[in-house]
Amino acid sequence: MTLLDFARGPAMQIAIIIFVVGIVWRLVGVWALRQKKDLSEPRQKGAWIGGIKGLFVHAWPYKPFVPKVGTQYIVGYVIHLGLFIVLIFGTPHMLFFADIVGFTWWTLPGGVITAVAVITTLALFIALIKRLVNPVQRMISNFDDYATWFVTTAPFVTGLMTTMGMWPHYETGLAIHLLSVWLLLIYFPFGKLMHSFWFVVSRYTTGSRFARRGGMA
Amino acid sequence: MSNTTVTEIELDFESKRFSVTKPEERFDVQGDMTDDERIEKAMVNFAKDFGRVSATYMEACIHCGACAHACPFYEASGNPRHTPIWKLEPFKQAYKREAGPLAFLYKTLNLKPKVTVDELKEWQELLYDTCTMCGRCTMICPMSIDIATLVGMARHAMFHAGLVPHELYTVTAKAQKEGSPLGATPSVFEDRVEWMGDEHEVEMHIDEDQADVLVLMSSIEIQKYPESMAATAKILNHMGKSWTFRTDGYEATNFGMLSGNTGWQKDMSMKVIATAEKIGAKLVILPECGHAYQALRWQGANMYGKPLPFKIQHISEFLADAVDAGDLKLKTVNKSVAFHDPCQVSRRGGATPAPRKVLEALGVELREAESGGNMNLCCGGGGGVITIHRADTLRYKIMANKFRQLDSTGAEMMVTSCSNCRQNFDESGEKLSWGKDMNSLLELVAENLVEDAKR
Repeated sequence: MTLLDFARGPAMQIAIIIFVVGIVWRLVGVWALRQKKDLSEPRQKGAWIGGIKGLFVHAWPYKPFVPKVGTQYIVGYVIHLGLFIVLIFGTPHMLFFADIVGFTWWTLPGGVITAVAVITTLALFIALIKRLVNPVQRMISNFDDYATWFVTTAPFVTGLMTTMGMWPHYETGLAIHLLSVWLLLIYFPFGKLMHSFWFVVSRYTTGSRFARRGGMA
Repeated sequence: MSNTTVTEIELDFESKRFSVTKPEERFDVQGDMTDDERIEKAMVNFAKDFGRVSATYMEACIHCGACAHACPFYEASGNPRHTPIWKLEPFKQAYKREAGPLAFLYKTLNLKPKVTVDELKEWQELLYDTCTMCGRCTMICPMSIDIATLVGMARHAMFHAGLVPHELYTVTAKAQKEGSPLGATPSVFEDRVEWMGDEHEVEMHIDEDQADVLVLMSSIEIQKYPESMAATAKILNHMGKSWTFRTDGYEATNFGMLSGNTGWQKDMSMKVIATAEKIGAKLVILPECGHAYQALRWQGANMYGKPLPFKIQHISEFLADAVDAGDLKLKTVNKSVAFHDPCQVSRRGGATPAPRKVLEALGVELREAESGGNMNLCCGGGGGVITIHRADTLRYKIMANKFRQLDSTGAEMMVTSCSNCRQNFDESGEKLSWGKDMNSLLELVAENLVEDAKR
């Protein structure tokens, strides 16, 4: 079995199992906790509307905060959108998924994907530098923050190296790229990558709790 | 550091800030417990009210640090330790190690070390001196984490572990023992109600057996701004309401909540709830006090264990409803006004529109400050912070920012609807030579009541 066979076979299966089971475990572990009912008289009904609103209003900082954290949000959006575009609209990625789901879709030209991947990687490095330099972020950072950065950045770097033919041996390089993605999937349920789910739950929770009161959203 | 606390409680009646006299020697650790006992008590009490909501918040943080930029304490100090989410660090650590879905991993592999008493002692300053639970951090958080609520829970842990700052513990113990954190015992209250009645020639109702409206006061008002009592009476009499003050349930501030003792919080709330039930009140009016609103309006029913059989309103909400119903006719105040929103009433309480409606009825030119309303900058004195002397320096820095914010409106008159904010403005204003007064919305209404418009 070559490294590529391993990456395409058992490594992928193990990674996907840990990814799915881990996510379910972590979500259920929190959702199964009891929650005392709030018995105070709500100011208004339809708290869920506030919850839905909460999902969107926190997608961009409120006006007074834009000068302070606007750039940070932009870097964040570049990383998230870049990840999404490369993952879904890169032709090799689409073909990989098409094998599983059984249908194909429109993709972006390779040059565009490469450019997006380069920009995203740069944004990831900017985020890392800020984390290391900014006193607040440096203080509150822990192992998870750096591990998350590493497992997110590695697929971009290895992917770019594969596309640009920078590996001495193409197949081994491709295998390393695949393995870096599986590492991301395996780490996913254990760290803050879970914010892909929590951001919905947390924003909805606060949005609905405060819609009940009528204060902030 | 001693493990005991002082029993004599001295009050500072002279200074602008009405609180416990600056202690010559601090006792910031209470009770006689071993370190292990303290940690155990801290963790048990932190976890007591822990549910799905708090766990979600603990899980959701991505360590982006944005919260620092919304925090009045961080903005004033620039100290990264004052980053709101950092104030919860030992508790986040404990949650991950002991309670989260991956606790078995963290514990078995010792990935998160056990929290120590020294850490908790270090965090006392962060949880009490540098957080008013104003909740502005939630507004900036991309995950919308309600850090203020978590700080409240961490305070439960700290209180039961005997790790409350000296002055806050002292006023809380006084409130539990005497019914008021500031010496406004039932007899003092009764005397002062009578005095205000005579002074302002307004009919006072006290200890009526039955009344539709039970009126509460904060000790700061009773002792420092007693005109509030006369103003409330004047308005309620004018409206022809059946109302009363009661010596068995009059104090609205809840230092049990601020210090983190849920048992005492419940005692303090139940005193008022029982009184309201006894006299058949349909409405309880809360005074100009932010945390009192939080304690009774939003946590009262949860303390009681069932929905409350009466309505609760902050005085500004009551006034706004009265204006809406045409029950109050007010003289026009030809002035420009800047309004300071008390965090617990506006952002965290939801009554933000009420004072604006009242100010509109007064015909003032309302000049909204930048980042006002729900986004308002906290005055830095709430949540018990104003009682703690070692917090003074930073509190004044916060107030300097606050003054700049309000002054930039160019308004002639400053108004708020929280007596704790007001005393913070008064005291800091003198210290920083602000040269302006902070006025009470309630008193402004009472002063401008058109008497002949009586129904």
